[in-house]
Amino acid sequence: MYAALWRILPGPVWVRILIVIVLVAVVLVVLVEWVFPWAADTLLPQDSTVGG
Amino acid sequence: MHDSEPAETPEPAPAADTAAAPTRSAARRRSAAATRLSVTGVLGEILVTAGVVVMLFLGWYMWLNDITAGAEQQQAAEEVQQELQEQWERGESTAERPVDPGEPVISAAPAEEGEVFGTLIVPRFGPDWVRSIASGVDVKTVLNSYTVGVGHYTQTQMPGEMGNFALAGHRRTYGAAFGDIDKLRLGDRIYVETVDGWYEYVFRGLEYVWPTGVEVLEPVPAAPGVAPTDRVLTMTSCNPRFSTAERIIAYAVYETWYPRADGPPDEISGVVQARG
Repeated sequence: MYAALWRILPGPVWVRILIVIVLVAVVLVVLVEWVFPWAADTLLPQDSTVGG
Repeated sequence: MHDSEPAETPEPAPAADTAAAPTRSAARRRSAAATRLSVTGVLGEILVTAGVVVMLFLGWYMWLNDITAGAEQQQAAEEVQQELQEQWERGESTAERPVDPGEPVISAAPAEEGEVFGTLIVPRFGPDWVRSIASGVDVKTVLNSYTVGVGHYTQTQMPGEMGNFALAGHRRTYGAAFGDIDKLRLGDRIYVETVDGWYEYVFRGLEYVWPTGVEVLEPVPAAPGVAPTDRVLTMTSCNPRFSTAERIIAYAVYETWYPRADGPPDEISGVVQARG
């Protein structure tokens, strides 16, 4: 899968590496900004109150 | 480096362009065949990716999010402190003057849940530790909030009021406002700041209850139906860390109060005035 993605990327090796870095950064931002907060609220509810 | 195609091996490679060209294309064909998408290959890569994402999530949840949320809550609380000072200077005190000048004034409870009405200052939690206190203990809008972190049980009393001023905060994750609640020691000062001034409470002790232990919120904690004769501060959080199985309760008793006109108490004057 990743090998196929690598072959799809255009340009010389250093351009591909640059593209990969940008793609990974985008994925990380999406995870931290949206996916992780959603998962934390949904899967691991934290309640520090009594009686709640 | 095993070459399976016999046609290439015996050739001594006389010229670069005649012999090398077919070798390279054959190699490309071989590598394409080796990396052709297969169900197990893709599945394996997806699973490895999922594993990495779960690791990243745990790192974010246990560590990174705590640091970023804590820093943001600290900054938001410092802005609230400034705001309270400005409110007071505009004469927007919400309290009624007590008859006895030694009695603390009681700020009016905020009208809406989620509204920030003061700050909590606990020197034991850090030399400049401060968090905003919002009305209500809603998990999403108050306790998990990147700008609040500490919530006031609206059914309990206000700071300085006879009875129980009860707060909730996370033990872990989302800034972990009460992460060090078990580090409190007898005699530690806990300050609550409102537009009217600072209320000083003295830490008395810890208690552990089940999540259903609402009696800690009574005007006299753990004694329902008894008329209060003391002003108590109650803090509730999770216990043990990383778990929600029990609740850890910290009790503090009112000591005195400092009208805003007289300035903050000595112990926290550095924390407060540095931002004024």
